Amino acid sequence: MTESRVTLTIVYAALGILLFITLFPIALMVLNSVKPSTQIVQNPLAWPETFRWDNFTRAWEDARFARTLWNSLVLTATTIVLVCTTASLSAYVLARRKIKTWKIVTFYLLATTTAPIQLFLFPLYFGFARLGLINNPIAVAFIYTAVYSPFAIMLLRTYFLAVPKELEEAALVDGATQWQVFRLVFLPIVSPGILTVALIIGLYSWNEFLIATTFLQGRDNMTAVVSFFQLSGQYSSDWGEIMAAALIIVLPVVILFVALQRRFIEGMAGGSVKG
Amino acid sequence: MHSLYVLPTLIINVTIIAIPALLTVTLAFFQWDGISAPEFVGLENFEDLWYDRVFWTALTNNLIWTLIFLTVPVAMGLLAATMMLVARRGSTFFQVVYFLPVIIATAITARIWQGMIYSPVTGINGLLDRYGLEMANPLTQTATALYGIAVVDLWHWWGFLCVIFFAALRQVPAEQVEAARVEGATFWQVLRYVLLPGIRPTITLMLIMTVIWSFLVFDFVFILTQGGPAYSSEVLSTLAYRSAFYDLAVGKAAAVSVVISLFGLCATVFYIRAQAREFEE
Repeated sequence: MTESRVTLTIVYAALGILLFITLFPIALMVLNSVKPSTQIVQNPLAWPETFRWDNFTRAWEDARFARTLWNSLVLTATTIVLVCTTASLSAYVLARRKIKTWKIVTFYLLATTTAPIQLFLFPLYFGFARLGLINNPIAVAFIYTAVYSPFAIMLLRTYFLAVPKELEEAALVDGATQWQVFRLVFLPIVSPGILTVALIIGLYSWNEFLIATTFLQGRDNMTAVVSFFQLSGQYSSDWGEIMAAALIIVLPVVILFVALQRRFIEGMAGGSVKG
Repeated sequence: MHSLYVLPTLIINVTIIAIPALLTVTLAFFQWDGISAPEFVGLENFEDLWYDRVFWTALTNNLIWTLIFLTVPVAMGLLAATMMLVARRGSTFFQVVYFLPVIIATAITARIWQGMIYSPVTGINGLLDRYGLEMANPLTQTATALYGIAVVDLWHWWGFLCVIFFAALRQVPAEQVEAARVEGATFWQVLRYVLLPGIRPTITLMLIMTVIWSFLVFDFVFILTQGGPAYSSEVLSTLAYRSAFYDLAVGKAAAVSVVISLFGLCATVFYIRAQAREFEE
């Protein structure tokens, strides 16, 4: 469509307003992360009179990020590995309709993607408590796997569907076993899909709040997001420090996102899950 | 042999979701504090909810929330997506920026808005107040708390819809748009008769998902107001959470969860029907 100059000006102006609305709170976070709290109280919009870089070191200490970022990393990595392995196995079978029950299994998985967390949270919590699995990041990784793998399977399914049938048949004629076909023919072709799934599941696990705050409450077991939540718990806190802590958690995610934005966006649009 | 491939997924999913979900449904008919033996009480939990003012507030809030999210972010997303289609140049840039709030952790988004915008001390609200514009913190007023939270979730959420709609709009065949233009259709007519019908399946799916998600909303409410002040921003999920872990009324929490699920179930039926069409190909 080629539009007149006037239309284009209006369009860009409107898109610009939305851009401003989107960036304004983020800019406030960045700007105030280097300001002393007294200056934030005076004017959150003002340029920093003095750059308080120690906001970051204090945030690092007070939110125990050395510990909690590591916890987040372990939890995220475990979840990624669990989801990618189990989901690619399932997606292969379901996409290729290898089992008679593929329909039932697919519908079951679709149904669980829409199940509210509260529907299984309470018995799960008391069950885990009885088994001594509270404050265990690996146990939480299994919860994430259960919650996120239907989405991963639906996304990977489309990648498996795109693999030509002839490739599979040729390998089978050559005497390859089913497992070899999966591992040597399919996995290399769908690997971009697996990478996309890993990125998105990683993002969700890193940011997740409800399950993490319920199951990982111990000082040394909580994730970075939960320790941020606790740090910022009181109104009296130093908002410079809080924004610095926020930036520490957000920055790696934003960098990764900007670098790999197409993968993120296509993946999230493909699976349609709210984070 | 191939059944073995789905086994890990199913074992994890059934242990974590299906079995506890069935237990929740059972627990809804029991009184339980999480420690001692559960006691069967029949429908008492549901009867209590029926007479519980907070429950009705929460349910109403969920419905208001659904209405807001079925309209505002969908309209914003569609509008921005079509504008990006018109602008063409820079659309990738706009897309990336609009998507940024989606990838920021909800706990962080909530705190930024709470401290930097809504707060009368450290936020923009306080600043405007000092310049003589009377701005109350919406989160501390019973009349506005829910909407204050909704604004934060809208900011977090609309970009996701925009990006999805934009991806769908780009799939609409260019010839159709060109043909309509040659016929002399205005931009609004193109939008109304070519573009919107072209992405109808996407819009439908997003509307269904919005209904499901609206009954699950938890993070922003829990972090920003804990359902307060005076339960004015309570939603079903925070009510269930508080009942289970703060009041140790697990039976009541289970009953609320069952109610949430019933609402979700209606939408889920539509969701599975919409998705199934794709699987039948």
